[in-house]
Amino acid sequence: MSNDELDAARGVFLEETGELLEQLEESLLALEENPDDQDLVGSVFRALHTIKGSGAMFGFDRISTFTHEVETAFELIRSGVLQVNRKIIDLTLGSRDIIREMLDDPDAEDTSIDMRAQAITDQLLTYTRANDDERVSPQEETIMDVSGGALATWRIRFKPPEDLFTTGTDPGHLLDDLRELGDCTIAVVTEDIPTLSELDPERLFLTWEILLTTDKGKDSIEDVFIFVSDHATIRIDLVEQYQEDVGAEDIIERVHRLGEILVSRGDLDEEQILFALKEQKKLGEILLEKGMLSETKIDLAIQEQEHLKKTEQKLQSKRKTTTEASIRVTSSKLDNLVNLVGELVTVQARLSQEANTRNDTQLLFLAEEVERLSNELRDNTMNIRMVPIGTTFGKFRRLVRDLSAELGREVNLVTRGGDTELDKTVIEKLDDPLVHLIRNSLDHGIEPPSVRQAAGKPPLGELIMEAEHSGAYVIIRIKDDGNGIDREKIRKRAIERNLMDEGDVLSDSELYSFIFSPGFSTAQVVSSVSGRGVGMDVVRTNIESLRGSVDVESQEGEGTTVTLKIPLTLAIIEGLLSRVGNESYIIPLANVEECVELEEKAKEGSKDRNLVNLRGELVPYVYLRDHFQVRSSPPEVEQIIITCLDGRRTGFVVDEVVGQHQTVIKNLGYLYRDIREISGATILGDGTLALIIDVSNLISDVRGSKYN
Amino acid sequence: MSKTILSVDDSASIRQMVSMTLKKAGYDVIEAVDGMDGLAKTKGREIHMIITDLNMPKMDGITLIQKVRTDPKLKFIPIIMLTTESQAEKKQQGKSAGATGWIVKPFKPDQLLGVVKKVLR
Repeated sequence: MSNDELDAARGVFLEETGELLEQLEESLLALEENPDDQDLVGSVFRALHTIKGSGAMFGFDRISTFTHEVETAFELIRSGVLQVNRKIIDLTLGSRDIIREMLDDPDAEDTSIDMRAQAITDQLLTYTRANDDERVSPQEETIMDVSGGALATWRIRFKPPEDLFTTGTDPGHLLDDLRELGDCTIAVVTEDIPTLSELDPERLFLTWEILLTTDKGKDSIEDVFIFVSDHATIRIDLVEQYQEDVGAEDIIERVHRLGEILVSRGDLDEEQILFALKEQKKLGEILLEKGMLSETKIDLAIQEQEHLKKTEQKLQSKRKTTTEASIRVTSSKLDNLVNLVGELVTVQARLSQEANTRNDTQLLFLAEEVERLSNELRDNTMNIRMVPIGTTFGKFRRLVRDLSAELGREVNLVTRGGDTELDKTVIEKLDDPLVHLIRNSLDHGIEPPSVRQAAGKPPLGELIMEAEHSGAYVIIRIKDDGNGIDREKIRKRAIERNLMDEGDVLSDSELYSFIFSPGFSTAQVVSSVSGRGVGMDVVRTNIESLRGSVDVESQEGEGTTVTLKIPLTLAIIEGLLSRVGNESYIIPLANVEECVELEEKAKEGSKDRNLVNLRGELVPYVYLRDHFQVRSSPPEVEQIIITCLDGRRTGFVVDEVVGQHQTVIKNLGYLYRDIREISGATILGDGTLALIIDVSNLISDVRGSKYN
Repeated sequence: MSKTILSVDDSASIRQMVSMTLKKAGYDVIEAVDGMDGLAKTKGREIHMIITDLNMPKMDGITLIQKVRTDPKLKFIPIIMLTTESQAEKKQQGKSAGATGWIVKPFKPDQLLGVVKKVLR
């Protein structure tokens, strides 16, 4: 309808509702005198019902919604569930007045009307809610689920009631509707038509069998039959479902044998098919000869065979281009799988150890086989959790765009290696550090265009984010071609903050590592973007919580590169197993540079200073026996595991380095959450525990205690 | 020749909406205010389809459908009833009486036209 026509109809509605309200009042007053008069109840109900229905249709939603509540009460009265009483009459009269007000000023924003309406609704609800369970929620019936999805072939058997014509339904229209849904093969079964003398032309004796290939879903098919579904016999069976992402070669393998189809249609069972097939002729002919099935039924099955074949041929040609298959799984299922694989790796380690001690060749062979399989299983499982980092990079385009506008920079963001894959949980934790790094680059690094031009650089700055694999790690670099880090500024600030002495000579990487100390900022002005000194230490904490490391390189005037080294996965790490007394410790192999022997005389020479001379470099070390208070005497020759973190070497003295160990990380649990120096534990082959050392926390704790 | 549809409803606004929607789509529409009026208006002319409300004074929609179905001339024409979502039982009664289908109120002009086209081609 056009607007004019709609306005005209609204005019009629207003007038009509006015009359209905008068009538409603009259009926209500009369009902108060004769509460049992069913005609009056009916009249009140009809009036409310019409107001509600027309109200919704002509856009008076407020009236419609409100009237619905009142109508509900009278519906219950009409069906005898609720009794008319004075209070209900009062409330309904009150409702009538409110509807009148809403009608007089439909667009008013007067909230007092709504409040009064709500008050009445609330009171009515105390009457109607008691019977709530019996009422069908209005939405349930009106919402029709037409969601479909995957393409499928359906077999529809439609046997209308013989008196279908007397309900004014034309079965031809229904078939037309089906044709609109997809590819249709329609067959009519005429077996039930009686002889001419008994034929009643007003009755219907036909049955239809339709094969429909559609992606609209079963609900849409049922919708076609919605008006006849109560009286007709309708069977909708799924014959074949075609997966979305299946490659063409998978479709070709499906051959639809007539025998299979007949069994699926329920015409014959497998035994009968096998019996008939003994004849070595075409199945259809045999069945017909033997009178096992009627011609109609065989024809229908053959038709189904052809329909399926045709559909698949079509699909094949269509899908030859798209092949990559994927499946969606909840991440909790994956976590579970990873846990189980972890357990398996542990058990496998025990098995290998057991086989070694027994020196049983048969057992050794099996243990090796299990090891090979579990390693493969582990790698595959880890691989499932891997997602490309490209999406994360993509998210930063917007950030770079907005920030450079805010800061008056002109920046071109280049991303490389977006297809590098990382464990999903790791990627999620990278967001915050990357945001900080990008902000830093834009704020401190890349200069405003005018400054750049003055320095002979192109006005358009470049920010590169790149990722690449490197063994069990992924290296992520944030590079800018900005101003670089001002060593003097950092030096001054570090001295100010008592992080170093004036006379100290520090390497670049030592100097840069001050950037990561809490509260360290060289920015003169604190902007909304950076300069509060909270950024970089958060970056380091986050990356280290991922067992990764951060490294900064910078050339003054030419730019800064921040390199993040992130382990591929959090669940299993390569560790170096070592012993101190009866205790086992694991140091993540990622942190280990080398192992050297600690000779007695080297120890004596550096008494209490805990320094070892490593090819001319003095490296401090932590004596794990003392640090973890292991009570046993040390062996004659001890070993130092030299670790490297942020370019600084630190040694850990242990009794013995056992060797490389596949470490399945187990959480220490809630109770031990405050222990910083141990990041977890793992179960060794012999069933004992080894603690995993958090190298960076241990070093900083030891350093802190030395300073104090 | 255009088809004639009988619209039976005690609400003038709904009659008007039905009438306008259908006339615009090229149908002839005859209006009736209740079942009794509707039945009377089926006489002496050719009706191709009936759209009727169920709750009406004098004669309700169900009775109208039953009576229409006894008329040999109207035995096979489509009859659509206008129901509300809360009337599942009524819908069942209407179906048994011989209604072809139903439209749930409130409805939009397109929905009405959709159903009419579905049963009357």
